[in-house]
Amino acid sequence: MLFDVLIVGGGVVGCAIAREFSRYALKVCLLENEADVSCGTSGANSGVVHSGLKEPSGTLKALYCVEGNALFPALCEELNVLFRRCGTLVVAVSEGEVEGLEGEFAQAEKNGVVGVRRLSRQEVSAMEPNVSAMEGVFAPTGGIVSPYELTIALAENAFENGVKMGLNAEVTGITRKNGLFKVSSSRGSYSARIVVNSAGVSARKVARMVGIERKTYECRGEYCILDKRVSGVISRMVYPVPPKRVGGFGVHLTPTIHGNLLIGPSDEYVEDGSNLATTRGKLRELLDGAKRLVPSLDVKSAIHEYAGMRAKIVAEGSKKRGDFKIEDIDGFINLLGIESPGLTAAPRIAQHVRELVEGQIELKAKESFNPKRKGITRFDALSLKEKSAFVKENPNYGEIVCRCENVTRQEVIDALNNPLGVKTLKGVKYRVRSLMGRCQGGYCLPKIVDIMREEGIEPKDITLKGEGSGLFIGDTKCLLK
Amino acid sequence: MPSEIEVDVVVIGGGPAGMAAAVAASKEGAHTVIIERERRLGGILNQCIHAGFGLKLYSEDLTGPEYAARLVEDVQAEGVKTFLNSMVLDLNERRELIVATDGGIVKIKASSVVLAMGCRERTRGMVGIVGTRPAGVYTAGVAQNFINVRNLMVGKKIVVLGSGDIGLIMARRLTLEGAKVVCVAEKMPYCCGLRRNVVQCLDDFGIPLLLGHTVTEIRGGRRVEGVVLSRVDERFNPVAGSEREVECDTLLLSVGLIPENELSRKAGVALDELTGGPVVNELFETSVSGVFACGNVLHVHDVADRASLEAYEAGRNAARWAKDQAQDADRIPVYCGESVQYVLPQRIDASKDSTLMFRAIRPGKKTSIIVLDGKRLIKEKCLDYVNPAEMETFHVSRKELEGAKSIELSIEYG
Repeated sequence: MLFDVLIVGGGVVGCAIAREFSRYALKVCLLENEADVSCGTSGANSGVVHSGLKEPSGTLKALYCVEGNALFPALCEELNVLFRRCGTLVVAVSEGEVEGLEGEFAQAEKNGVVGVRRLSRQEVSAMEPNVSAMEGVFAPTGGIVSPYELTIALAENAFENGVKMGLNAEVTGITRKNGLFKVSSSRGSYSARIVVNSAGVSARKVARMVGIERKTYECRGEYCILDKRVSGVISRMVYPVPPKRVGGFGVHLTPTIHGNLLIGPSDEYVEDGSNLATTRGKLRELLDGAKRLVPSLDVKSAIHEYAGMRAKIVAEGSKKRGDFKIEDIDGFINLLGIESPGLTAAPRIAQHVRELVEGQIELKAKESFNPKRKGITRFDALSLKEKSAFVKENPNYGEIVCRCENVTRQEVIDALNNPLGVKTLKGVKYRVRSLMGRCQGGYCLPKIVDIMREEGIEPKDITLKGEGSGLFIGDTKCLLK
Repeated sequence: MPSEIEVDVVVIGGGPAGMAAAVAASKEGAHTVIIERERRLGGILNQCIHAGFGLKLYSEDLTGPEYAARLVEDVQAEGVKTFLNSMVLDLNERRELIVATDGGIVKIKASSVVLAMGCRERTRGMVGIVGTRPAGVYTAGVAQNFINVRNLMVGKKIVVLGSGDIGLIMARRLTLEGAKVVCVAEKMPYCCGLRRNVVQCLDDFGIPLLLGHTVTEIRGGRRVEGVVLSRVDERFNPVAGSEREVECDTLLLSVGLIPENELSRKAGVALDELTGGPVVNELFETSVSGVFACGNVLHVHDVADRASLEAYEAGRNAARWAKDQAQDADRIPVYCGESVQYVLPQRIDASKDSTLMFRAIRPGKKTSIIVLDGKRLIKEKCLDYVNPAEMETFHVSRKELEGAKSIELSIEYG
């Protein structure tokens, strides 16, 4: 099958690009090797829509961060994704860090961060009484979103506008012949006029398939997520002045859009980009770092720890932070080093990619393009009167399946009938938040398994995250036969 | 808009505590309802198909479902109305509830409330086991549910972390189902489950119990491929160099239970850090008037019978409170002293005989249980043996309590 554009990688960037191209009368396909979108770098992202204050001036990162941020309110409105501008606070915890704070402020102004201002100790304290600070810088445009909800929404909207979504499709080879790309995957071969490589950590490998050698470095980020019970301790994102050591932002705190508190990520260069293990050392660092910013934080309220991987363009110890690398090599569009603020920049990067192909293929706006995505109704967010009406209409809303996040049977059914056809437990978790609360599935897991079976999924096909991650080995007594 | 009803006593939770509380309340003449989130009464008893229930309550050795059936009969005989498949969304200090049921949202106004929501299992994230996040990591109770209720087998080769009773019982269950249980690892220097379970679940099946060991890492990409076991020092930190990888496809966690008090918090009920449950007086009444608590939501019990026995009292008191809003008594605080995990109730009426419930911090022989009022000895009793796995009780008479301003219970190890 011949596609105008074939996108490799279903992270937030790939899905934003797919949606961008779905505005036009084009044949577009996205291939993702996992069972769902948002399973790589984007899934283990802080969900921060950065203001742009942290990016070195003059970089694509700084520019696209500020421009991407400005696109978020309308984008999230269209896609029915929760987004809130809670603001970003950078604080100097010690006297010695005040100088660094000045640098952050100057950079923010230079980057054109809207409304950024300096705060005295009293002002920080009035804003965030639990944060330990000498002084601060505040950027009101900093916002929060759920990274997987956004990625899924982009993918679903792209799909609804005609993009073919190929999940469980690992790209195994790409050849170029007579101006056309032939892409082989574990789910078949495709021809394409333009190939976009947004494969994240695997982008280097995909580029190599067409003979492009680029170096990227895998950097693991560990997170610790805390119970909603303690999340009232801050209401904005809180960052330290970045440590002198080049690289990450230092341990910071993010209130998530769904009301948890996220600590992390760490940044640790690793040899094996597939090694997503968490470690005792980093976990300790995260908790200590968080306590430094918010001394009263109850770090014993952790409910889950996880790790993600991002590809950086610069090696460990480099003095530069490294910029996004977006290049067009005769119709092979290579996206490398799309690390933070990649989520924020994603809608702007998608426009950039569209601009790159404008001269190569004809882009004719599609009249039928519908920018709106309905999404799944969240029962917990309804008023009591609405809840009552919903249950009267459909008794499945009256059965709370997940008691931590108040998710109803109907929402789980909706999640299992998602447009992309994802049937994994992680797919349900990413779509409706069951399995994600303080009991981590202790209550809802058996109930979700029941609903999956009612929806026609055999127990042997019930997986956490696709092939090889099955929950059951068979019926009870299967080992006795 | 939601429909509204008024009742004397509402019991939240229909397990061994909730059912007993409702039966007792109803016997006192109170119009009583139970709200149960599952489709049938019984709570966790329904998945506990092993025996050992009913020894105290019925002087019989019953399975969990049999024990539940007895209580369900009593609930039905009393004509207690039960809302099944119903979840309490909200509870406030005025004892008003919002309940989601498949028939609609219901508002319930109750004269008194009995909290009997039970507990939940501690998870991997709470105990901070690092490594990868593959399929095949289950809490013991979830695995028990899949195997015993849903007829689904969770794995072939299993490591159990934690020697709590559910972990021990599941080690046996999995073995009986043909799985290989490699070992039960326990970070404490002693077993956390009941003695009878060590004998009947591990010793009888030759399953090794590794004391002073913990799982320090989970390995495997999509399904568990192994775990790293390490010895721990006296502060429970892994001993470097003691790590060894054990191949398995499943890790079962039995690392403790937490009273499920999210609703109690919403109602403003004061909680005790030591029990994880509400602070109560001798009537099992919480800091919020007319709200009572019993069973595992109050403190994690060793056996279900004790939860039910406690609940009979709580239910009876809730019914009496609904009738005549009893006068506040003069109460004295009960403190948790040396070598004691917790003591209940946290406040008692010194003009009455009292029974204190407590757990020891570690096992010991030839111990003395000491109750003091400041420096004055109120009562001392020798106990040949204490074990944190078992709940102990201690009686103090009205006479012994005379003049006491507060009391403190402690254990002296011999």
